[in-house]
Amino acid sequence: MRLLEAVRMALRTIRTQKLKSFFSLIGVLIGVTFLIAVVSIVQGMNRYMEERFANGLIGVNSFEVRRMPAIETGNVTADTWREWLRRPRVNYREANFLKERVKTPAIWARVCWERELDVVVGNLRGRVEIQAADNEFFRIKGYRLASGRTFTPQESQTGASVVVIGDLVRETFFPNLDPVGRELSIAGIPYRIVGVVEQQGSLFGISLDRFVIAPFNAPVRREACAQNVIHELWAGTDSPDQMQRAAREAEEYMRIARGLRPGQENNFYVQTAEGALGTWDKISRILFLALPGLVGISLVVGGIVIMNIMLMAVSERTREIGIRKALGARRRDILAQFVVEAATLSTAGAAFGILTGFGLAYAVQAFSPLPAAVAPWSIGLAVFLGVSVGVVAGVYPASRASRLDPIVALRAE
Amino acid sequence: MSDAVIRIRDLTRDYVMGAETVRALRGVSMDIDPNEYVAIMGPSGSGKSTLMNLIGCLDTPSSGEYWLNGQEVSRLSDNRLATVRNKEIGFVFQTFNLLARATALHNVELPLVYAGVPASERRGRAVRALEAVGLADRMQHRPNELSGGQRQRVAIARALVNQPSILLADEPTGNLDSTTSEEIMRLFGELHDSGQTVIMVTHEPDIAAFAGRVIVLRDGQVASDRLNREQAA
Repeated sequence: MRLLEAVRMALRTIRTQKLKSFFSLIGVLIGVTFLIAVVSIVQGMNRYMEERFANGLIGVNSFEVRRMPAIETGNVTADTWREWLRRPRVNYREANFLKERVKTPAIWARVCWERELDVVVGNLRGRVEIQAADNEFFRIKGYRLASGRTFTPQESQTGASVVVIGDLVRETFFPNLDPVGRELSIAGIPYRIVGVVEQQGSLFGISLDRFVIAPFNAPVRREACAQNVIHELWAGTDSPDQMQRAAREAEEYMRIARGLRPGQENNFYVQTAEGALGTWDKISRILFLALPGLVGISLVVGGIVIMNIMLMAVSERTREIGIRKALGARRRDILAQFVVEAATLSTAGAAFGILTGFGLAYAVQAFSPLPAAVAPWSIGLAVFLGVSVGVVAGVYPASRASRLDPIVALRAE
Repeated sequence: MSDAVIRIRDLTRDYVMGAETVRALRGVSMDIDPNEYVAIMGPSGSGKSTLMNLIGCLDTPSSGEYWLNGQEVSRLSDNRLATVRNKEIGFVFQTFNLLARATALHNVELPLVYAGVPASERRGRAVRALEAVGLADRMQHRPNELSGGQRQRVAIARALVNQPSILLADEPTGNLDSTTSEEIMRLFGELHDSGQTVIMVTHEPDIAAFAGRVIVLRDGQVASDRLNREQAA
C-alpha cells in the first residue's frame, strides 16, 4: 500500500469525524501558532529595531560621543545612573582633539539640545526640540531639505539667528504656507527660517519631525548647554566599516584627552547603532530561548492528545482492523494506516497553526507599528514538527493495532 | 488429487486456556476440488469455526498439513498469510463486516487496495463486481443506507473482486430473513454454476441443502462427509 493511499484513507476517516479530529489536533495547533507568531513578531521587531530604531536614530555610518548611552531600553540600576550623571560632559577641547586626531575620514558636528522649549509664531505657541549644531550635522544625519537651504559658513561662524525646521514644526506653525523667510521666536529672540527638512516619519508612534535646528553658535545654545560643553559630538563616515574604525579611534583619543589610565573605565560613551540594539538583542535572544520550551510543551501535550485519540480509535475500530486483515492487510499496512492517520491529523493541526500564527502576526502588524516578518524557515519547521509529532504519537497505537489477532478483532463489537 | 483446491491432512488445533488445553480440532482430513459447493455443519463446539478460521488462513494449525491451491500454507508467517487471504480467499460473514464509514464501492475496492492494484484499475473492477451482484445503483451508498440483503451482496462483491480460489462463507444467511436468505442462496448457486468454489459454514440444514456436499463435524472430527442426495439426484 502506497503512502498516498494511506493519506487518502486517513483523510477520509478524519473527514467523517470532523469535530473529534479538530479537538485532537488543537494541541499541535496551539504549539505551531506559538511558533509562527512568536518567530514572526520577534523577527518583525528585529527588523523594525534595526531599520527604524537604530539606523533611523543613529545611522549605520555615524556615531556619537556623549557622556552616557543615548538609548537605554534595558534595566539600568540607580547606581549606574548616578555614575553616568557624575560623568563630565564632552567639552570643546575634547571635540577639537578628536576632530584633529582621528585619522579615519569623518565629518564632525557638535550638538546641544533642549527637548522641550517654547516656540512662538504670531499668537501660536508650542513646545519643540531645539538643537544647536554645526552645519555638518545635516550631512551626518542624512537630512535632505524639502525647501530652502542649510546654514552658510558665515551664519555658522557668527552664530546668526537662523533656523532649519522639521516637517511637524512647519505643519504646526505654518500650515499651507512656505515658512522659508518667515520668523519664529525662541526664548524671546526672533529667528529667520532658512530651510525645512523632509519628513522623517515616526518611531513607536513618536514623530521624528518635531525639531528646530539653529547654528551651533546661535544664541539659543545657551538655553541647552552650559558654557564650553556639548551634549553630543556626532561623526559621520562613508561606510559602516569606516564608522567602526572611526568609533574605535574616537574612543582611544577620548581616553587620551581625559587622561584615563589603562584599566580605568571609560567615563564617556561612544553610541553606535549596534550599541543601541544591544538591549533588544538580549530580549530577542531570551524570547528565542524561551520559544522552544513553549512550543515543545504544546507539542508534547498535542502529541499525547493525538496518541490518546489514536489509542481510542484503535479500540473503537478493532472490528475494522479485523476486517482489513481478513481482506489481506498486512501488519505494515495497518501500521502505516494508523501512523499516517496520526501524522495527517497532526500535520493538519500544524497547517491550521500556521494560518492562525500568520493571523496573529498580521493582527500585531495591523494594530502596532511593528511589521510582521514571517520567516520561511519557521513554516518549514512547523510542518516538520507537525509530521514528526504525529508519527511519534502514532507509532505506539499503530503497532498495537497491527498486532491484533484478526480472529479476535473480527469478533469485537 | 493434486488438482484439489483444498487438501487438508490430520489438521489439529489446540487452544491453551490457563492450565487447560482445549483440543478444538483432533485430526481433520479432507480434499475439496475446484468448483465444489461444500457446506460444513456441526453443533456449536464441534470445531467448525476453528476449521473455518484455518481454511480462511486467519489461524495456523497446531499440527497437520493444509495445501491451498497447491501451496502449503500451514506454516506461513503472518504477512504471507495476509497475502494468501488477499489473493485466494473471499470472505462472507454472518454480520457482513462492511466498513460502516465507507461506501459500497469503497468497501469492494479494499481487497484491491491491499493487492496493490492501481486506483484507476481498482474502480472499474469494483464497479463490475457490484454490477455482478445487482447493485449497480447502490455503489455510493453507505452500509447503513442498505438493506441486509444488499449489505450481504456488497460483501459478496467484495469477496469476489480479487477472483479468489474459494468463496468462504460463515453463516451467510444468519442475519437475514427467509426471503432474503433464499436470494443470497440463489446468488451462491449462480456463482457456483459459473465455476466458483464455495465453502459455507452453517448450522441450518435448509441452508446446507443448497450445497452439493455436506461435511458434518462433531467433537473436532469429521463425523460424516457425503454428497447431498437432493443435489446428486
